[in-house]
Amino acid sequence: MVGTGLPIRVVLAKLGLDGHDRGLKVVARMLRDAGMEVVYLGLRQTTGSILNAVEQEDADVVGISMHNAGHLTLGPRIVSALADAGLDVPVVIGGIVPDVDLAELEAAGVAAVLGPGAPVDEVVSTVRAVAGHDGSD
Amino acid sequence: MDGSRSTLSGIPLEPVYGEGPFPGEYPYTRGVHADMYRSRLWTMRMFAGFGTATDTNGRFRELLRSGSTGLSTAFDMPTLMGRDSDHPWSLGEVGRAGVAVDSVEDMADLFAEIDLGGVSTSMTINGPAAILLAMYVVVAEQGGVERGRLAGTLQNDILKEYQAQKEYIFPPRPSVRLVTDVIRFTATEMPRWNPVSVSGYHIREAGSTAVQELAFTLANGFAYVEAAVAAGLPVDIFAPRLSFFFNSHVDFFEEIGKFRAARRIWARWLRDRYGATDERSLKLRFHTQTAGVSLTAQQPETNIARVALQALAGVLGGTQSLHTDSHDEALALPSEAAARTALRTQQVIAHETGVTGVADPLGGSAYVEWMTDEVERRAEEVFAHLDEIGGGSILEGVYEGIQSGWFMGEIAESAYRFEREVNAGDRIVVGVNAFTEGNGSTGTDLLRVGQETEDDQLARLTAVRAGRDSDAVATALGRVAAEAADPDLNLMPSLIEAVEARATVGEIVEVLEGVFGTYVETAVV
Repeated sequence: MVGTGLPIRVVLAKLGLDGHDRGLKVVARMLRDAGMEVVYLGLRQTTGSILNAVEQEDADVVGISMHNAGHLTLGPRIVSALADAGLDVPVVIGGIVPDVDLAELEAAGVAAVLGPGAPVDEVVSTVRAVAGHDGSD
Repeated sequence: MDGSRSTLSGIPLEPVYGEGPFPGEYPYTRGVHADMYRSRLWTMRMFAGFGTATDTNGRFRELLRSGSTGLSTAFDMPTLMGRDSDHPWSLGEVGRAGVAVDSVEDMADLFAEIDLGGVSTSMTINGPAAILLAMYVVVAEQGGVERGRLAGTLQNDILKEYQAQKEYIFPPRPSVRLVTDVIRFTATEMPRWNPVSVSGYHIREAGSTAVQELAFTLANGFAYVEAAVAAGLPVDIFAPRLSFFFNSHVDFFEEIGKFRAARRIWARWLRDRYGATDERSLKLRFHTQTAGVSLTAQQPETNIARVALQALAGVLGGTQSLHTDSHDEALALPSEAAARTALRTQQVIAHETGVTGVADPLGGSAYVEWMTDEVERRAEEVFAHLDEIGGGSILEGVYEGIQSGWFMGEIAESAYRFEREVNAGDRIVVGVNAFTEGNGSTGTDLLRVGQETEDDQLARLTAVRAGRDSDAVATALGRVAAEAADPDLNLMPSLIEAVEARATVGEIVEVLEGVFGTYVETAVV
């Protein structure tokens, strides 16, 4: 893993109508405590608003939280929207995602999926791995 | 032989033991009825909803055949947010996490071949609650059941949406006006209907502690009392129909203490602060649901044990109705088989364990009485804080706590503290941070709702729009807008007219947003 000297910047958002934000807020605090910079967009974000934030904030990673069973529709859309905009930023999905959907999400280009109860070490190491640098010098 | 009157060994049982005040006596700490479950079991009410109205209707009828005694409707996210299935936000969400209802025709399909005069129905809906109630009334009356005979509960608890569940549409004050409109309408026209289910469930699921759940919920209840009194309704006219909805989490005795304290606090506040004199106004009746957030995706069969223990806490705490979560709910909406096991869990508690034979069987336990007192004392500290920031009004205190982000910050802090304790190994969650042998791939028999549901629902919505009298819709929506602008009018009659004209949920909500505005939360981590 390479160091850039800059902290990892993560955009966190709830995509769509679902209001379950407990998990995403906990993840936001976990990542901050691990030294990352978190841009917390909160609820009811769209592909467009996430794209804007990624561009403006120069994000290394996008974290999307989904509890509405819409991940197979919305997950691939955000990945392709980022690609279409020329942004090479990995997408991590967290929330309620059945194992049987993992292959389809991976094929669609989702970088990682974090399930319910993922411990802090796994959350932090997953984000570091997909960011491509660990925030150190 | 009635199993609730004697033990398996044949030892006869009294209906209650210990000291007064007994169940059925003020302040109802020991229960709202003297005989509790001897005379009437709790209502076994399983929450269900997915796909199209026809899909959910099939699940409803299966649950009734299996011995459910009430219905409980889960709507999909677009419906909960007051958006039609063809709204841009609805993409990927139609019918996925609940049933899609756009128009009164969907509501008719949802309850097809179910006798609405003979069943009680709960509808979990908040922002657009008044619109969905209007649809239910229209469907019932078209089927020959008068509104006065309808029994059920509308969640209609908007305050906890800003605090926890986040399914708000309009800003708090006009939203509370809609709540009081429903309270007034049901008080005069639907005497068997509970117009608000003041809900701690979602506050708890969002991460609060048991004490916060209790305190925030009762504070919201006091706020609705103050709002309805301010709207000119005498407290004893509506308070008997206010109901509550609590979470039953894994900390067994803390939960039981919470339920007992809830009844005592409500009785005292309604009598002493709000001047209620009707005994029914003082009795806190509540629905319980086991804690979805406590379910693990790891070794999901373990959840059957969690649910059974949480359900037992609800019963020992004196609940009036109960939903038991299905063990696959950390992975997806419940499959039919998992939902049946969850219902069977209630039936085992009700008919095999004997806990129904004696009211408040834990009353008098030094630990349980201490816990009840302690939970109550801590909740009173929260009420004192809200009363202070509200300048002597709990309603104003709740508005202030929402606006300043106080509730959300308190809940987020508790959620993070719990997560840190689990991560540090200070709290054991079986299958998650201990006893993980056997964790493997899960989820082969999960309920799946696919894109075809969305396509079906969109076709249906298009057909409804094409087949209605668009002038009548425009006229009805114009009346809704005009009456929304006059806070002295009750919106229910114009909403019923709009629904009858086949105006959709999304169309009505947009008209109301034009008058009330749209709420946007400031994101707080």
